[in-house]
Amino acid sequence: MSAEELYNVIDRKPEGDEKKDESLNKTLSEALTVKTAITYPENSPEKYASVTADGRAEPPSAFYGAVNPESLGRGRSVLNLELETTSMEVSGLNLFYGEKQALFDISMKIPQQRVTAFIGPSGCGKSTLLRSMNRMNDLVDGCRVDGQIRLTDTSGVQQNIYEKSVNVADLRRRVGMVFQKPNPFPKSIYENVAYGLRIQGINKKRVLDDVVEWALKGAALWNEVKDRLHESALGLSGGQQQRLVIARTIAVEPEVLLLDEPASALDPISTLKIEELINELKSRFTIVIVTHNMQQAARVSDYTAFMYMGRMIEYGDTDRLFTNPRKKQTEDYITGRYG
Amino acid sequence: MTMNNSLQSPGKRSVGAWINSGAPWVWLNAGAVAISLVLVIGLLGLIAVRGLGHFWPGQIMVADYQPPGQAVRMVAGEITDSEEVPAARLESSGLEVVNGQELYTRDLLKQGNRDLSGADFVWIVDEWLSNRQYPEDIMVLERREWGNFYGFLESVQEDGITVASGESAWIVFNERLDRALTIYQAIYQIEKHDIGSINAAIEQLRLAERRLELSGDRDPVRQAEIQAERKQLNQEYQQLETQLGDLYRAFNRDSFVARTVAGQTLEQPISKVVRAYQPNTLSLTDKIGFYFDKVGEFILDDPREANTEGGVFPAIFGTVMMVILMSIMVTPFGVIAAVYLREYASQGWMTRAIRVAVNNLAGVPSIVYGVFGLGFFIYFAGAKIDNLFFAEALPSPTFGTPGLLWASITLALLTLPVVIVATEEGLSRIPRSVREGSLALGATKAETLWRVVLPMASPAMMTGLILAVARAAGEVAPLMLVGVVKLAPSLPLDGNYPYLHLDQKFMHLGFHIFDVGFQSPNVEAARPLVYATALLLVMVIAVLNLSAVAIRNRLREKYKSLED
Repeated sequence: MSAEELYNVIDRKPEGDEKKDESLNKTLSEALTVKTAITYPENSPEKYASVTADGRAEPPSAFYGAVNPESLGRGRSVLNLELETTSMEVSGLNLFYGEKQALFDISMKIPQQRVTAFIGPSGCGKSTLLRSMNRMNDLVDGCRVDGQIRLTDTSGVQQNIYEKSVNVADLRRRVGMVFQKPNPFPKSIYENVAYGLRIQGINKKRVLDDVVEWALKGAALWNEVKDRLHESALGLSGGQQQRLVIARTIAVEPEVLLLDEPASALDPISTLKIEELINELKSRFTIVIVTHNMQQAARVSDYTAFMYMGRMIEYGDTDRLFTNPRKKQTEDYITGRYG
Repeated sequence: MTMNNSLQSPGKRSVGAWINSGAPWVWLNAGAVAISLVLVIGLLGLIAVRGLGHFWPGQIMVADYQPPGQAVRMVAGEITDSEEVPAARLESSGLEVVNGQELYTRDLLKQGNRDLSGADFVWIVDEWLSNRQYPEDIMVLERREWGNFYGFLESVQEDGITVASGESAWIVFNERLDRALTIYQAIYQIEKHDIGSINAAIEQLRLAERRLELSGDRDPVRQAEIQAERKQLNQEYQQLETQLGDLYRAFNRDSFVARTVAGQTLEQPISKVVRAYQPNTLSLTDKIGFYFDKVGEFILDDPREANTEGGVFPAIFGTVMMVILMSIMVTPFGVIAAVYLREYASQGWMTRAIRVAVNNLAGVPSIVYGVFGLGFFIYFAGAKIDNLFFAEALPSPTFGTPGLLWASITLALLTLPVVIVATEEGLSRIPRSVREGSLALGATKAETLWRVVLPMASPAMMTGLILAVARAAGEVAPLMLVGVVKLAPSLPLDGNYPYLHLDQKFMHLGFHIFDVGFQSPNVEAARPLVYATALLLVMVIAVLNLSAVAIRNRLREKYKSLED
C-alpha cells in the first residue's frame, strides 16, 4: 500500500470510527514520516561558518511550469494532532478591539515543526489570531486580550506570553513574523538581514557575515543577491523582497515563524518559490501561515484551521479538512459557497 | 442631448459648457503662476540691477552750472540718477524758472567733497548745465572719512616738502598710496590681532584675579603668578605700542594737495585714502577689473563711514553664523518634540491641544519672540548665568546682555514649530509595515525609532530645517532686541580663547539693510548699498537653502520610501 492509498483510506473513514483511526494513524505516522533532507546548523553563531555554499537545492523545474495545486499536498506523512509536540497553545482566547469582539474563545495547539494554516473569509479574525501570537496586536489602540497563549521553550516549559513579566521584544524575537506586503528596511540587503542581530548587540563582522549568508541561503535568495549584498534592498523584486524578509526573520532564529499572507502580493512564480521555501523551513521552525488562498493552504500546510466570524470552526490535518470537512460551514467555504 | 449638440456644432457651445470644460480654471491657474513668476523675477532683477550697478565706475563730468539769475559755478561729479520735475516744484524751492517750460530734467550729481561743500549729493537741473567735459586728469579718491573726493591732484608731499607736482604727481601719488596701504595692513594686523589677543589675555587675567578674590582664596603664589603674567603681557603690549607708533609715523609721512573744480584746495595725509582712480581714463577692461575689485571689497571687507562705504563681511558672517547656530539648536529640539508628540504621547485631547498650540506658535509675530527673548533669555536666564558662572566680570554683563547665543536661541524658538510640524508629517508618513517589520524582529520601540523610523524621516526633518533657515535668515525685528548691532568691533569667531564668542553682539545683513537704508546720515550714498545688501541677503539665504536641499535630496535618495 502506498502512502497515497493509505492516506485516502484514512480520510474516507466515517466519523464514528475515530478511535481505530487514531491508532492506525499513529503507526502510520511512525512508519511514514518523511524527513526533510535539508538540515540547518546548530543554534550557536560559531557553527554558521560550517554551512557550505550549496545550502539549498534549486526547486525542481516542475515548480516553474504548470502545477496541479491539488497534487502538492499529497505524499506527506500521515498526521495526527494529538501526537505532535505542542509549540504554542492557545486557550480560551477572546480578543476585543474596543467594544467589538474579534475573537471568540479560541483554543488550539500549534504543533512544532509543522505548517499550520489559518483559512477563512476576510474579516474572520485569522490575521488577528496570528498577530496575537507575538503580541503585534499590542500596537493597536484599544486592543484587549483575555485568555492565554502559551509558548513552549526549548526545555519544554510553557509560558503565557500575555503575562506581565514577559519581555515583548524577546517574545517577538522567538516568534518571528512575516507580513503580507514585503517590508524591507531602506538599507542594504546585508543590513536588512543583519538587523535583528544588531538589535541583539551582535556587531562582529565575521559572525554577521556568516549569519547573513546562512539566512539568505535558508531563504533561497543567496544565489540571486550574493554579488550585491551591499546594494539597497529596495532594488529587489517583490518576490525577492519577501524572501529577504523571511531571511531577515530566520536570521534571528525564532522558534515560531508567523506568516501573514506572505504570498498574496506576489506573482505566481514568486508564490511558488515562497511555498517551496515554507516546505523546507518547517524542518527547523514551527510555521503558522494565514492565507486567503485555499489551494495554497492545501499545498503547504500540515494542519489547517478554518475560522469564521472570529470563531474557530474546524481544526485538523489539512488533507482531511479539505477532503472531508466535518462542519457544514467548512464545506461551504472550501467548496466556494461563500467567502 | 446637449453633449451631442455641442459635438456636432462646436461654434454654438455655451459659456456654461466652456466653464464646465475646466479651461477657464486652467487659464486662471496658469495666469496666477505667470504673475507670481514675473513678480519674483522682477524683484530679483530690480535689486540685482540697482545693487550691482553701484560698483561700476561712472564717468566724471565737469560742467558749468548756471541757474537763472545766479552766477556761473563749476560742478564736477558723477550723475547717478535723473528725473522729470514740474517747474512749479523748482520754483517752490527758490529757483527761478523760465516761463513756458513745464517740465525740467533734474540730475542727481554725486559731487563728493563732503568736508568742503557740505553735501556729497546735489540735485542740478540738466537744462542749466553747459560746457560739459570729461577731463582725463580728474581723480576720485575714496577716503576713510568724509566720503569721496573729486578733483585734480596738485602735488605730493613728504614730511611737508613737495616731492612731486604737475604731471608726475599722479604716478608718485599712486606709489605713495600703495606704500600707505601696505603699512595700513600691518597696523590693522597689529591692532586687531596682536593687541586684540593681548587685551583678551589681560582681560582673562583680570577675571581670574577677581575670581580668586571672590572665592576668598588669597594664595600669594597664584597672585604672584598673575602679576608676573600681567607684567609679561604689559611688556609685550609696550613693545607693540612702540612698533605701532613707528608704523603710524611712517603711515602719516606723506600727504597730498588737491584742488576741486570750485577752486578749493585740500591738503590731507595720503593715509586717509583707500583707493584712487581717474575714471575718465579707464578702459573697459580696467573698469571691469575695478568693478570686481569693488564687489570683492563689498563682500570681504569691514564697513566704513557709518556702513555706507566698504564691505559687509561682518554682516554676512554674523548672518551665516547665527543661522548655523540656530539650526544646531532647533533641529534636535524640534525632532525630539515631534517624536514624542507623534510616537509616544497618547493621542488624546491633550496632545491635540499641544499640536494646535505649536501650530499657532508659528503665527506669533516675530517681534513678540524678540520681546520674549529679551525679557526671559537675556534679563532672566542671562542674568542668572552671569551670577552663577561669570560673577567675576560683574557688574559688566557677559550673557546678561544681547548677544549671538540669545539671538540664535530666540530664532530657534521662532522656527521650532516649523521643524516640529515637518518632522511630525515625516514620521506619520513612514509606513506602518516597516515599523512592524522591525518590531517583529525583536526590536523595541526605541530601537525601531532610532534605527529605522528616524533615518527614514530625516528628509522631512531637513525640509523643516530648510523652512526654518529660510525664515530665520530673513528675520530682523526680533534680532534688534536680542543681539544685532549696527557695527560690531569684532567677529564672534576669532583666534582668542574660547574662539566662539557666544556672548558677543554681531552684525546681520537684514539689520544692515534697515540700518543703512533708514538710519544712515547719508541716504543717497546708502541707497545703492541697500539694494546690494538685499541682493546679498537673498543670495546667502539661497546658498544656505540650496545646501540644505542638496542634503535632503541625498537623504531622500537613500531612504526612498517603500511606496510602490
